[in-house]
Amino acid sequence: MSEAVSALAGATYDGYCKVSDAGPVGMVTLRGDLAAKGFGAAVKKATGCAVPGQGALTSAKGRRLAWMSPDELLLFCGYDEAGTLATALGAALAGQHALAVNVSDARVVLHLEGVGAREVMAKLTPADVSPEAFGPGQMRRTRLAQVAAAFHMPDAARFEIIAFRSVAAYVFELLSTAAQPGGEVGLFPAGE
Amino acid sequence: MLILECPYCGVMADETELAAGGEAHLKREGPGSSDADFEAYLFDRMNPKGVHFERWRHASGCGKWFHAARNTVTLEVYGTYSAQVSEPPKALVTAIKRKVPGWEGWM
Repeated sequence: MSEAVSALAGATYDGYCKVSDAGPVGMVTLRGDLAAKGFGAAVKKATGCAVPGQGALTSAKGRRLAWMSPDELLLFCGYDEAGTLATALGAALAGQHALAVNVSDARVVLHLEGVGAREVMAKLTPADVSPEAFGPGQMRRTRLAQVAAAFHMPDAARFEIIAFRSVAAYVFELLSTAAQPGGEVGLFPAGE
Repeated sequence: MLILECPYCGVMADETELAAGGEAHLKREGPGSSDADFEAYLFDRMNPKGVHFERWRHASGCGKWFHAARNTVTLEVYGTYSAQVSEPPKALVTAIKRKVPGWEGWM
């Protein structure tokens, strides 16, 4: 079998924040009526993750389940288990108006870490990323400069960003430019 | 700069992550309608100086369409609501009437 590579092939950039390609990440998109009877239990059984509320993200067993829209969830998992999980979700949701598809290669996952991570994000997105408004456990779909992207915080000093594969290089360069040494603004002091 | 609350995501979305969809609550004139009605459906728009009902799409976010009521002069946003309605919620219309005394009202 051919070897899986992400769109950026492991690229990294060390500025005042570190930007790195997360490598191949399994992603399964799940469409359906999130409020339907039995939906939450079926998803929990197949993935281990509870269905997240509006704008939230849950994690369990090293997987993450993110709320994307009122009828869409995105599961992050190991690259190798994505196909199996998509099939398992489809089986668990049989009889419901739902669809689970392995879309691991549709998007790129990037990591941004460092003291000024919030500030680097704030340079690129109109979303409020201040510590009062955004933190771990939240998922925000928005825009990074000119392209659609989504992000969440695995912990207080790190962002995980997803964007479409076709714009992977653009997003990587955006983040790298925003994280260039000398570009510090000091927008969120006190280690945030 | 407009900031609208997406009724589906519950987030305050900046104008730049939204796509404008023009005037809201147009009644489609289909086959069998008169030429005048069809022309009005295609081209006649309110373009008011004041209260306006609009369609917006959270293009960079959840991708859903929704409605917004705002003022084209002051840029005040009166509220946003679901796309699955053919007229604005009564409570919103009442609230706008209270704020804008001279407003001729919804339709």
